[in-house]
Amino acid sequence: MITLTHYLVVSAILFTMGVLGIFMNRKNLIVILMAIELILLSVNLNFVAFSSFLHDLVGQVFAMFVLTVAAGEAAIGLAILVIYFRGRGTISVDDVNRMKG
Amino acid sequence: MIQLLAFYLFAIIVCVSGACTILSRNPVHSVLWLILAFFNAAGLMVLVGAEFIAMLLVIVYVGAVAVLFLFVVMMLDIDFTELRAGVMKYAAVGALLALALVAEIIVAVGAWSAGTLALGRRVAPVQDGVPNIEAIGQLLYTRYLFVFEGAGLVLLVAMIGAIVLTYRKRSDVRPQNIARQNARRAKDATRNMNPAVGQGMDL
Repeated sequence: MITLTHYLVVSAILFTMGVLGIFMNRKNLIVILMAIELILLSVNLNFVAFSSFLHDLVGQVFAMFVLTVAAGEAAIGLAILVIYFRGRGTISVDDVNRMKG
Repeated sequence: MIQLLAFYLFAIIVCVSGACTILSRNPVHSVLWLILAFFNAAGLMVLVGAEFIAMLLVIVYVGAVAVLFLFVVMMLDIDFTELRAGVMKYAAVGALLALALVAEIIVAVGAWSAGTLALGRRVAPVQDGVPNIEAIGQLLYTRYLFVFEGAGLVLLVAMIGAIVLTYRKRSDVRPQNIARQNARRAKDATRNMNPAVGQGMDL
């Protein structure tokens, strides 16, 4: 019997994996973006699991909105990454603070 | 029983591929592991009867976002070995933090599961006999119509923003200027001459 707790634990592990990814790849901007996608995926999994186990569809509708925002975030993030790479020739996060002024 | 088996299969693969996403040396492999994670998360969602979100996940993430990542990773000529230099330095503290976080969440979930959870009032109760996609469509185009249009607006702004950000005028290429082509008329480009015999004409 699958319970809600199963889903919450999987989602927690996935969320933690995303946080760990941001921590470990502190220089590689692309992997940081992927880790953010993992975090959003775990949030979606939570939404859908709660929606299904509480018999209320609103969670699935909001999972769709999270998906929309995640897609937009990926597009804008990668666009910023591309122009950043064009300007500096690297995607190391350490140099990002030079973008100011 | 088969459901439980499928759940554990999907759950284990999603966790392993999530770990490989953040650990693999080559970002192309990272993207491919991410795709595997999305596929298996979609499987997990199908298991609880959310087909629409599962298919959306596959179409939007695997079809669009992951391919976008793949494009960017392959298009930019990046020295990835240099970027991985500090990984092991951060790994210890990161792993400690992650372990604390996951332990906290699991303890919290366990403490909660001692009781039961029920909604006092359901906003959109699941009706028997109505397919998932139909029910979500009805909800989306009635109660959440404005939020839905707002989501469309977010995507529009993201699209325009991405184009504006990455667009650049290049001086070393000569692109086609369609407006100028269409505005050009025959009288601007040609002249009718009637030169006298034996004489040339000035151009």
